[in-house]
Amino acid sequence: MPPVKAIYGGLPDKPPGSFDGELLAFAEDLRSEGMAVGTSEMLDAFDALALIEWQSSSDFKETLATTIAKSPEDRRVFDLVFERFFFRAAEAQAVRLSVSEPQSRAGSDELDLEALRRQIAQALEDGSESELRDLARLAIAAFGKGEGSGVLGVDVQRIRRALGLRTEPQPDLPSDDPRHDGLPREQLRRFEQHLRRELERGLIERTQALPPKRPLSDLDRSLPGGPVQDLAAVHKVVAQLRRRLASQGHELRGANRHAHVDVRATMRASLQTGGVPVELKFRPKRPRRPELFVLCDVSTSVTSASTFFLSVLHALHDVFRKQRSFVFIERISEVTEIFQRERDFRAAATAVSRDAGVADISGYTDYGRVWTEFLAEIESELHPRATVIVLGDARTNGRPPREDVFAAIAAKAGRTFWLNPEPRLYWNYGDSVISVYEQYCEAFECWRTDQLEEFVKALTKPTVR
Amino acid sequence: MAENPISVQDVAEGLQSVGYLPGESTALVSFLAAKLGKPVLVEGPAGVGKTELAKALAKYLGRELVRLQCYEGLDEAKALYEWNYRKQLLRIQAEVGGTGWDEVQDDIFGEEFLLARPLMTAIASKQPVVLLIDEIDKTDQEFEAMLLELLSDFQITIPELGRIEATTHPVVILTSNNSRELTEALKRRCLYLWLDYPELEHELQIVRMHTPELPETVARKLVDVIRMVRELDLKKSPSIAESIDWARALLLLGAREIDQDVFRQTLSVIIKHRTDLDIVAERVGVKLEPASAA
Repeated sequence: MPPVKAIYGGLPDKPPGSFDGELLAFAEDLRSEGMAVGTSEMLDAFDALALIEWQSSSDFKETLATTIAKSPEDRRVFDLVFERFFFRAAEAQAVRLSVSEPQSRAGSDELDLEALRRQIAQALEDGSESELRDLARLAIAAFGKGEGSGVLGVDVQRIRRALGLRTEPQPDLPSDDPRHDGLPREQLRRFEQHLRRELERGLIERTQALPPKRPLSDLDRSLPGGPVQDLAAVHKVVAQLRRRLASQGHELRGANRHAHVDVRATMRASLQTGGVPVELKFRPKRPRRPELFVLCDVSTSVTSASTFFLSVLHALHDVFRKQRSFVFIERISEVTEIFQRERDFRAAATAVSRDAGVADISGYTDYGRVWTEFLAEIESELHPRATVIVLGDARTNGRPPREDVFAAIAAKAGRTFWLNPEPRLYWNYGDSVISVYEQYCEAFECWRTDQLEEFVKALTKPTVR
Repeated sequence: MAENPISVQDVAEGLQSVGYLPGESTALVSFLAAKLGKPVLVEGPAGVGKTELAKALAKYLGRELVRLQCYEGLDEAKALYEWNYRKQLLRIQAEVGGTGWDEVQDDIFGEEFLLARPLMTAIASKQPVVLLIDEIDKTDQEFEAMLLELLSDFQITIPELGRIEATTHPVVILTSNNSRELTEALKRRCLYLWLDYPELEHELQIVRMHTPELPETVARKLVDVIRMVRELDLKKSPSIAESIDWARALLLLGAREIDQDVFRQTLSVIIKHRTDLDIVAERVGVKLEPASAA
């Protein structure tokens, strides 16, 4: 059946050679998803596999994981690829040897659907993996008959709805029904995975061919988490930022980073031992303290990003002592004190919007005015070791950008960075004038934490002056 | 003590016998570490028992634990070895005039004048040891680079003496709180273990193991509450050690039930920030039963 093969990708040309070959193919699969798997890691994996019993699939998987996946993010990708790879490998082999799963129990038409619903809900509460898998098959037999839409995701959702499985409470059900208080989200997700697999297995059996490999999406890849974790992630990245900035001073000193003997103190200490310098005194190492000036746009055009920006600002305040922060719309207003006083982010955010007193007549950003005021206020404090960070979208609303004043600021400060919450695609469209500022500073697009990490990397790259 | 574990099951039981309840992958990775002789990099949030794992392993394997606590600015002199400068000076003074320069020079850079620091101790030890390099993420990248030779070949090069090779194979555990990315080179040389907060049942077992006298119902409730607290956005989430502390505190107070009163009184055992205290009292405290009238 050539046409079917053309659609579904067919089988790999050759049957699996040896076990080693199959593992290497797995490594190749991991690499194609962007994980760095080195030869030395594979060697370790083989060494380690020689030591364990293979009866337990979880031991096998953990062994591979511990030797190959070396960060939580990698581990996440590893789990997904492991699942995909070995499922496909097993199915391909099954098709080759024409093994097929026995059709699900006869007489499924007479299944008591309501009982099945409750049984599945119960299993979701406390069931084991294999029980979930069996029930997924039953569910497909009962609800997934015939009229498959051809799109797995759609079928999965249709069956889930037919089963009445929801995470939110369903008060109209009897109170001893597990669905009464809503089902645990994680369990439901696992059940959906089982459904998807069983549907896929059925499809492969019918067509005798493997569907094309589905690359991982960004959604799969990202670690599960909500807005709370986002805030934590920002704090984590900023903590890294501080560490890198703090150690930067050492790096720049190059060969001089060894301790210097403090002759005066050594001689003084030697008086105790009759003039023999038994105790060496060293000059203390003083890491350079970076000084930060942060300007944050809080106007309406960046409303969606301003929570993110404020949390960045908040996190920065957590780790830097010498930092002055300003928020601006038409004029600037210093908020350093608010952030120093309020340890809680939510309280700080409300305090900023309440007391900051951003003189805000039109609600439109006036960058030219902001630069002039900023320069007037802190001109005497800017010096080559200061770092200025601007958080804003560079939309001037048609007002003069006054890049000459901005250039003066950039020239006085050691380094100047611009974080723009808009995707690079939109830069310089409409009233965005980021390009006139970009010649005086380094501009980054920054609306996700991983971009913030990129910025941290760039910020802490050793500078050659 | 089992010198040489033969199976993962062995290690799991062994660790349990010294008071550490390993998760499935923990036992497996420990087993592989002992067998392959590769260092293990353990990462995870603070207080999930990373350091405890090293201690338990040392106890189980019957080895001495050599610990290097890392901090910002740690250098070779504190981690590897240092020349005992004072002793060298005294030596030179004692010999004044008597011997020639060459002789003294050979003499003062001998092993006698070497101050062994933790890494050196671990390498040179006659008995195999467990080496714990704690919070590696606190050091600078340069220090990591220095570790590479030690971790892959178990040897140290001292310019004046030459190479010192390990006579026995230490089990090396590195821990990190993930406050910065470690270099690829370091990761490549290690097995990787991610320790997270344990599953509910697992944590219950841990608590029961440390405070067997605590009534089961209270222990279960305690673990439940801890779980709820961890889901909040806190400055510092309660660790396993703090669950155990809490269990002990409840035991001392003779609590039969965790109600709002008990919770309020003992909250400070698990929560260590003032702002966190407010959040937890507000979000979790109210879900508990009000104190019984008695």
